[in-house]
Amino acid sequence: MNAILEKLALYWSYPFVRYALTVGVLISLCSSLLGVTLVLKRFSFIGDGLSHVAFGAIAIASVLDIANEMPLVMIVTILSAILLLRTGQNTKIKGDAAIAMISVGAMAVGYLLMNLFSTSTNLAGDVCSTLFGSTSILTLSQTEVWLCIGMSFLVAAIFVLFYNKIFAVTFDEDFAKASGTKTGAYNLLIAVVIAIIIVLAMNLVGSLLISALVIFPALSAMQMFKSFRGVTLCAAILSVFCSLLGLLISILAGTPVGSTIVVVQIVVFFLSWLTAMILKIIR
Amino acid sequence: MAQLICQNLSVGYDSQTVLQDINFTVNPGDYLYIMGENGSGKSTLMKTILGLIPPIGGKIQTGDGLRGNEIGYLPQQTTAQKDFPASVREIVLSGCQGHCGLRPFYSKEEKRLAADSMERMGIGSLAGRSYRELSGGQQQRVLLARALCATRKMLLLDEPVSGLDPKAADKMYRLIDDLNQHDGITILMISHDISAAIRYASHILHVGETVFFGTEEQYRQVPQGRLFAAGKDGGRE
Ligand SMILES: Nc1ncnc2c1ncn2[C@@H]1O[C@H](COP(=O)(O)OP(=O)(O)O)[C@@H](O)[C@H]1O
Ligand SMILES: [Mg+2]
Repeated sequence: MNAILEKLALYWSYPFVRYALTVGVLISLCSSLLGVTLVLKRFSFIGDGLSHVAFGAIAIASVLDIANEMPLVMIVTILSAILLLRTGQNTKIKGDAAIAMISVGAMAVGYLLMNLFSTSTNLAGDVCSTLFGSTSILTLSQTEVWLCIGMSFLVAAIFVLFYNKIFAVTFDEDFAKASGTKTGAYNLLIAVVIAIIIVLAMNLVGSLLISALVIFPALSAMQMFKSFRGVTLCAAILSVFCSLLGLLISILAGTPVGSTIVVVQIVVFFLSWLTAMILKIIR
Repeated sequence: MAQLICQNLSVGYDSQTVLQDINFTVNPGDYLYIMGENGSGKSTLMKTILGLIPPIGGKIQTGDGLRGNEIGYLPQQTTAQKDFPASVREIVLSGCQGHCGLRPFYSKEEKRLAADSMERMGIGSLAGRSYRELSGGQQQRVLLARALCATRKMLLLDEPVSGLDPKAADKMYRLIDDLNQHDGITILMISHDISAAIRYASHILHVGETVFFGTEEQYRQVPQGRLFAAGKDGGRE
């Protein structure tokens, strides 16, 4: 135990570890906030699609050799979110199909571009780390760290200020619209926030595992809590806890960050499922 | 002056008409039953009145101080909300959202309004309970309380008693009737229950191949009404 603590103390003295933990906590907090909305609305497809789009955008950024890729990726992903929301709502192509088209397309084009133009000697490694985020959280530049922190606070602030509206629109969009809530605007806001969260979360777990980061805490919390507020708070706490634990494990054991966090999430999900079952039997 | 006037209204989806040439007028305090076969377009008509889908043709006018967003709505039961983690209080309070504009949090009065609505619907003791654990009848009363938070002028109810046992249905009918009689709230309600219609309605709109609109007495005279009554035979024990 002492050895582990000493090792942790040593790692804590490295700035990149401190960055990783700070950013990890903030990102996991944000990504859990809209989990319930994503799970219970068809927005989960949008979330999944956007993570693929973000992959494509990163590929383009790396081909163009842009040093700070996050702003570009952010803009592309936000625009795609708006586009996906529009197509999902009112065109002849079914929403799901449109999302699949855009997301798979972005992925294919991204990989192709990386293959054709990348100057990197370790292409497979690059792709792998974009998909699974194997090391990116530990290699963030200082600008990116500050961008992450700023964006996380922005997301949290938007969520708190629009909490009641997000609830109304998620629970019953028809009712909300009929009684005078501007559901179109709030849907747009939700989509944009999801896009920001996805780009942020990509740093932590890579693009393929983002959905896990967003959805698992909400699903776990929904096992145990019954009110929207309870579920939201519990999801936020679980998410931060799982990310911290996952990060520590991965630093100590040298496992990939993203998949370690997701495995911790899965374990926590099973534990909360078990707890809910036991509570049900006892009552 | 009329609260709601529909003139030559056609409703449907993506220019595919479901119902056409609907004409009716609703005055303050009316209790209108909308009847018709399954799939005849009753829900579509209601969503059009609410502005959720655009009308294909014709006009919808609101008057007598009723604005478009002052209509309360109780949607047809959806499965989407079945697993939604929300307490009764949270749901009822969300009925006030339409008045909030950009204000982020609910005011004291809005919280009081929500509490009053819950008391009124007899679900005050359930405020902290989870919506998904309630019985069908309790869930419908929660949604009715939410609609009451949105408006005190006009309620549109889409099959509020379908799937309820007779006792719960009866309770629902009496609550709605009380809102109409006591508070003067205009009610537009979709239902298959002809005996309840005859008992409670002031007007009836029957949609289908031909459209009937008139008072409840007139309805009993036309073939549609008599046929419907014979075929359905009430449905209430
Ligand atoms: N979202 C939709 N898009 C296209 N057609 C629809 C949609 N919803 C319902 N319909 C069709 O419109 C018709 C009327 O449906 P509805 O208004 O729900 O009937 P009712 O409420 O009277 O049972 C049905 O034929 C149904 O198939
Ligand atoms: Mg219907």
